[in-house]
Amino acid sequence: MNIDLNVLDRLEKLTYALRTVYMGKGYARYRLGKFEEYDFYSRNKDFLISDNVITFMDTNGKLMALKPDVTLAIVKNLPDEPETLHKLCYDENVYRVSRTTNSFMEIMQAGLECIGAVDTACVGEVLSLAAASLAVCSGDYILEVSQLDILEAFLSAISDDRELKTALLKPVSEKNLHGVTALCRESGAEAEKAEPLCRLLKLSGPYGRVLPELEALCAHRGLEKELSDLRGALSVFDGTAAADRVVLDFSAVSNMNYYNGVIFQGFISSLPGSVLSGGQYDNLMRRLRRRSGAVGFAVYLDQIERLENLGEEDALC
Amino acid sequence: VLNIALPKGRLGDTVYDMFEAAGFPCPDIRANSRRLIFENPAEDLRFFAVKPMDVAIYVERGAADVGVVGKDVLAEFSPEIYELLDLGIGRCRMAVAAPAGFRDTGRGALRVATKYPAVARDWYAARGRDIDVIRLNGSIEIAPKLGLSDVIVDIVETGATLRENGLAVIEDLFPISARLIVNKASYKFKGERIDRLVRELSRQTEGKA
Repeated sequence: MNIDLNVLDRLEKLTYALRTVYMGKGYARYRLGKFEEYDFYSRNKDFLISDNVITFMDTNGKLMALKPDVTLAIVKNLPDEPETLHKLCYDENVYRVSRTTNSFMEIMQAGLECIGAVDTACVGEVLSLAAASLAVCSGDYILEVSQLDILEAFLSAISDDRELKTALLKPVSEKNLHGVTALCRESGAEAEKAEPLCRLLKLSGPYGRVLPELEALCAHRGLEKELSDLRGALSVFDGTAAADRVVLDFSAVSNMNYYNGVIFQGFISSLPGSVLSGGQYDNLMRRLRRRSGAVGFAVYLDQIERLENLGEEDALC
Repeated sequence: VLNIALPKGRLGDTVYDMFEAAGFPCPDIRANSRRLIFENPAEDLRFFAVKPMDVAIYVERGAADVGVVGKDVLAEFSPEIYELLDLGIGRCRMAVAAPAGFRDTGRGALRVATKYPAVARDWYAARGRDIDVIRLNGSIEIAPKLGLSDVIVDIVETGATLRENGLAVIEDLFPISARLIVNKASYKFKGERIDRLVRELSRQTEGKA
């Protein structure tokens, strides 16, 4: 069968280019062939980007959900085999409320999941594929990486109060140092205790430059393993052209009830928000009573489609 | 180009003075004109003058890389942005005000007139109080007098307008001042210039915030 690539539109070309990258690294294509019950998503709604879900009644009377997310469904349907590594990629339409239009939209999403025996090398591979996904779309990209266990340690140094730590995530995500200090003061925590967290948030830049500063800041905090894992995962970029495009920044946060360890976001010059996000989600696996580790990411193709020169990149031709 | 959204009006004038002193000038802006976009090609700068309520949208959507906006707007819209600096100017507070002698009996939904429905909902939801939000765009202070609402949630600077309309503050929500906000993606690609702006503005705000 001959396929003329000229008949493909921009989004189709992008989807196939990403699939080529993922399958070239041994990721098997996963298709969501069925719908899940609404109850499954409602129990884990904080994991979803939007907790509004389109529902419908199945022929057997069960209330079903129209694909608000891909990761949850993959985890649910995959056998829990912590000794095996499942490498899966997907491109699927999902249905969720757009933050900008405040109405339901059909959104094309591509991504991959590594589930099972996830180790540092596996996290490194997923990071490198996240960078490769961004490079497919534009030569001018940034992959921003954070480590939630390190952030959690700095939050815990301020207070053990769960409510305060959760409240601090908002100013942390905004790099709002005056907000961090004010919140600590209001809640009765000593303002000086916020100083190390503020210093952590000021660290931002290519990982090669920031890692030594981070290690100095983390000294005597019992974070040797977290630092070693982070350094190990990032070493996949050592000596590569992507090294300067991978930045450490601890203002990147995700829901800690689900995510842990390394998390990341991707940005493309001229697009206003993140176009890719992902990370390790072992905490979600434990909530779903799975023993396996997990890491993955999603690429928001609806955002990338807005790139004016999309399709002119070599990778898409 | 570094795109900067400033709020129209007196606050915008003060903020521009600070940007100019920080080494981010655009002399055209001083000319008395009806234009809303001002450029300084030599410094690779473009300033927009937009409604204060809209600054956060311009920055969140990436039309502006940097903007200056009140904390009231940030609290209302919760935009996905970086809030890098409290400029310490445009100080006032968000408050609940009511006619003299008002007592909330707790019966029925409290009628709240406001330009900030999300702020009002969050405040009363945290206190377990049902409210009926009446969204207005201005002259909020007359709503209780005309029987439109029981209380108002609004910005209070000196309290003079409240007093002249027979109202008094019954609860303070949070202090407000102008904040420097930055689009998250812009910060990744124009971080050095933005950091320089933040450093220079910080020098001017020391002691104010």
